[in-house]
Amino acid sequence: MIMLRSENQLFYKLSQMNWVQVGFIWLVAIVGFLAMYSAGGGSFSPWAERQIPRFIFAFFIMLAVAVVDIKIWHRLAYPFYGVCILMLVAVDVFGHIGMGAQRWLNLGIIRIQPSELMKIALVLALARYFHGGSVENWKHIRYLLIPIGMIGLPFLLVAVQPDLGTGGMLLMSGVAMFFLAGVPLWMFLVSGGAALAALPVAWSMLHDYQKQRVLTFMNPESDPLGAGYHIIQSKIALGSGGIFGKGFLEGTQSRLNFLPEKQTDFVFTMWTEETGLLGGAALLFFFGGVIFSGLWMALRTRTPFAQMLIYGLVVNFSLYALINVAMVMGLIPVVGIPLPLISYGGTAMLALMVGFGLVQSAYIHRDTKLPRS
Amino acid sequence: MEGQTDSSDVFSRRAFIIAAGQAVLLSVLAGRLAWLQIAEAGKYKTLAEDNRINMRIIAPRRGYVHDRTGVLLAGSRQNFRLMITPEHAEDITPVLDKIKKLIAVDERDIKRVQKEAKKSPSYTSILVKDNLTWDEVSVIEVNIPTLPGISIEMGEIRDYPFGPMTAHLLGYVGAVNREEVDKQSGDPVLKVPDFKIGKTGLEKAYESHLRGLAGRAEIEVNVGGRQLREVNRREPVEGDRLTLSIDSELQQFVYSRLSQERSAAAVILDVHTGEIYAAASFPAFDPNDFTEGIEINLWERLNNDRAYPLNNKVFGGQYPPGSTFKMMTAMAGLEAGAISAGRTVFCPGHFYVGKKRFHCWKAGGHGNMNVKEAIAQSCDTFFYKIASEIGIDKIAETSRKFGLGSKFGTNMPEEKAGLIPDQVWKRKRFPKDKKWHAGETVVNAIGQGYILTTPLQLAVMTARLVNGGKAIKPWMVAYENERPVSAPLPPPMKVKQQHLDLVKDGMVRVVMPGGTAVASQIEEEVWQMGGKTGTSQVKAITASERAAGSSFTQENLPWHLRHHALFVGFAPHASPRYAAAVIVEHGIGGSKAAAPIARDILREVQKLNVAARKPAPHTKPVEVKS
Repeated sequence: MIMLRSENQLFYKLSQMNWVQVGFIWLVAIVGFLAMYSAGGGSFSPWAERQIPRFIFAFFIMLAVAVVDIKIWHRLAYPFYGVCILMLVAVDVFGHIGMGAQRWLNLGIIRIQPSELMKIALVLALARYFHGGSVENWKHIRYLLIPIGMIGLPFLLVAVQPDLGTGGMLLMSGVAMFFLAGVPLWMFLVSGGAALAALPVAWSMLHDYQKQRVLTFMNPESDPLGAGYHIIQSKIALGSGGIFGKGFLEGTQSRLNFLPEKQTDFVFTMWTEETGLLGGAALLFFFGGVIFSGLWMALRTRTPFAQMLIYGLVVNFSLYALINVAMVMGLIPVVGIPLPLISYGGTAMLALMVGFGLVQSAYIHRDTKLPRS
Repeated sequence: MEGQTDSSDVFSRRAFIIAAGQAVLLSVLAGRLAWLQIAEAGKYKTLAEDNRINMRIIAPRRGYVHDRTGVLLAGSRQNFRLMITPEHAEDITPVLDKIKKLIAVDERDIKRVQKEAKKSPSYTSILVKDNLTWDEVSVIEVNIPTLPGISIEMGEIRDYPFGPMTAHLLGYVGAVNREEVDKQSGDPVLKVPDFKIGKTGLEKAYESHLRGLAGRAEIEVNVGGRQLREVNRREPVEGDRLTLSIDSELQQFVYSRLSQERSAAAVILDVHTGEIYAAASFPAFDPNDFTEGIEINLWERLNNDRAYPLNNKVFGGQYPPGSTFKMMTAMAGLEAGAISAGRTVFCPGHFYVGKKRFHCWKAGGHGNMNVKEAIAQSCDTFFYKIASEIGIDKIAETSRKFGLGSKFGTNMPEEKAGLIPDQVWKRKRFPKDKKWHAGETVVNAIGQGYILTTPLQLAVMTARLVNGGKAIKPWMVAYENERPVSAPLPPPMKVKQQHLDLVKDGMVRVVMPGGTAVASQIEEEVWQMGGKTGTSQVKAITASERAAGSSFTQENLPWHLRHHALFVGFAPHASPRYAAAVIVEHGIGGSKAAAPIARDILREVQKLNVAARKPAPHTKPVEVKS
């Protein structure tokens, strides 16, 4: 009887998921599989054969997270945040150095990037915090000090690695959460002004290669063998796709190994070189689908926690997509942010799917009431 | 409740704002994508051509030239060249502008490239600048992705380590000009931009050996001319390596010795084989200046120099031999029976042909002379007499046996034939004055008049006089790669050995007490030489000058009007091995100016024992002894 009910409950919950968003997520993932296949030179190895199982595994994780009651996630928000902070500290202390930056924790069988999990944890924690107050509170700075700290701490831990890209994303996620919570607009303006004023100081604290990245962004031609090279090649590959692309697997730039990092940061370039404007626009449309179905879901829920959780994670997802695509098109400096669900890599995908799981959990349990704090 | 509704409203509003922002951003991205792929597609398509297969001719390396011991005389050095292929860049002007910002390029070169790009088909590569320094190469390579059509080629250019010392022998290489392309229309390697071919000297004579065979590469090329992989390759074949008979150490000595004069030349060869050990002409030039196109000022200076540095005087300088010709008259006389060992002629200091008086250099005359003494003291009268008796044709015939009057077939483009006149020749040459006059005979008999010889011919003549009657021919190339270039066996000359002995003996006496060159004998007895002085008039001595007697000297005349000084010699005189000919242009006196040079070089060649240094094909250059 009980089992039957919980089974029923399981299926019931699953049926309550927003399958529209799940559909869009799968569409994006499939593009990713195709891209990995092409990046492997028309073969499942070495990337597609790893990415596909990973995604399927992550999808089941997502389902698992989704069917867990939102109350539990609400309760686990702060602890989860704390664990992530600890992991970040561990990375800074013991971290495995890869790709010139200390970002990984080698846990024996797997390596994880705590900063990816942090993005989820931050949204979760901020959602819980803001859920515990009202819009009125947010007009007073003293109530904002804690969330500022909640953002600032991981930002510093990440920036020290150094990983300015992820740090920036944390900041932006945090700002979005503040915005969604109803923090008065004038505070944004003021802090924006203060940030501008602090720019020179921030600039001097940058590592050389980071400064170089910004300068190169201004003028890619000045560093054509370094980051500038990536951008120049990316634009060329992109542009040469035309409307219909060169054809799947026919990207000469990528095929001729001209495009660097085509399975990670520059996968969008490779995709649009091969599928042209049509393929590129389609992918952007799928991203849009994930985002706007998320908006729809957020508006359907009742509690601030659920609302901010859903949309905060959606914003987080959109940041990945927007930043990466803007980067490969030469609109912003190279920051090493992967294309979500497509770029080859385990932790980011897992974290994102956990996030989507949380989103679905909030949606499935949209009518659940949550404690205030 | 209220709070919740409140925050819900706020949230909705704010969420919408964010969503709108995201929509805008997505549109911007989509727009940018469209921009790149539609509006600028043309530009990027050009940059990202689909697999282009480019055919590239690979220039072969020019064959190296070594001396007999393996020392490198003509090799190559690296040359980095900046090329642009207009086909790979839509518009070369901005590319050239970028280049100008990166490295120093002459504005004239830019204009030249622009002009050339309009004329030539767009797939040909045009040279922008060469001899790039390593720094310039690095700067360009780093920027290559933004320089469509640009590539750096590493070429090799001809290098002459010894510069002027071997300038005339080796010659120089230069760019192919229109006519040369037409003449050799088959060879695709001539289309390689700035391919160099031999222009003078050995470089030209042996062009077909030294050039090698072009190779071919099919290359997959992509963005910015970056070459990605070779699809196919046929290797070029390096030109033949030549080993010369020349000895660089000796050549160095000869050249230095000549450089003490204003204009001189010398050649030294083996009397039995004809191989040339050294041949130098001074002043010379640096052939390295010519490889990349000679600078106009330098060219004008070289052309205007009265000492004619561009002339290969050994092979191409034609001079009246003066008294060095007397051995020919002597041989002709001996062969014709007009002279015998014992016959003497009385020299009063002059000789009459009809009413015309011809002078002997010694105003008071030599008294009774036999042939040996006549040679030793260079008595003009003796030879005037003999010549009048046998006639010019006999003299001409004999001289030709000794190699005068025609080319030896060395293929050196500068080689000249000289001139040995006879009656037939005169008829053809002077249709208005066909008859040969007796006066002309005597003048020619002492090596003036119409006779012209090159130093090479004089050396060969000397060799043939002392080698036991073999008609040897001069040659320079001992090996082509591993293959010995066989010199054909010299046929025997149809002259009697005892006549040769008499003449040789006379020449030995030239350098002994009583002889005209006694002051120039080599100290070491075993190395002592025999020879003959010669002074050839450039400008006839006028009667008034003669009357002025000893107060008139050649030094009074401007340099270019002074007599040439010549000397021919052989050593060691007991059993000769080496023969040499020296000319000092406008040096006034053979014994004064030319004989000492001959002494020094004949001494040196024996000291170095050059004949014992057998040439062998060498694959690696030997260190030059400094």
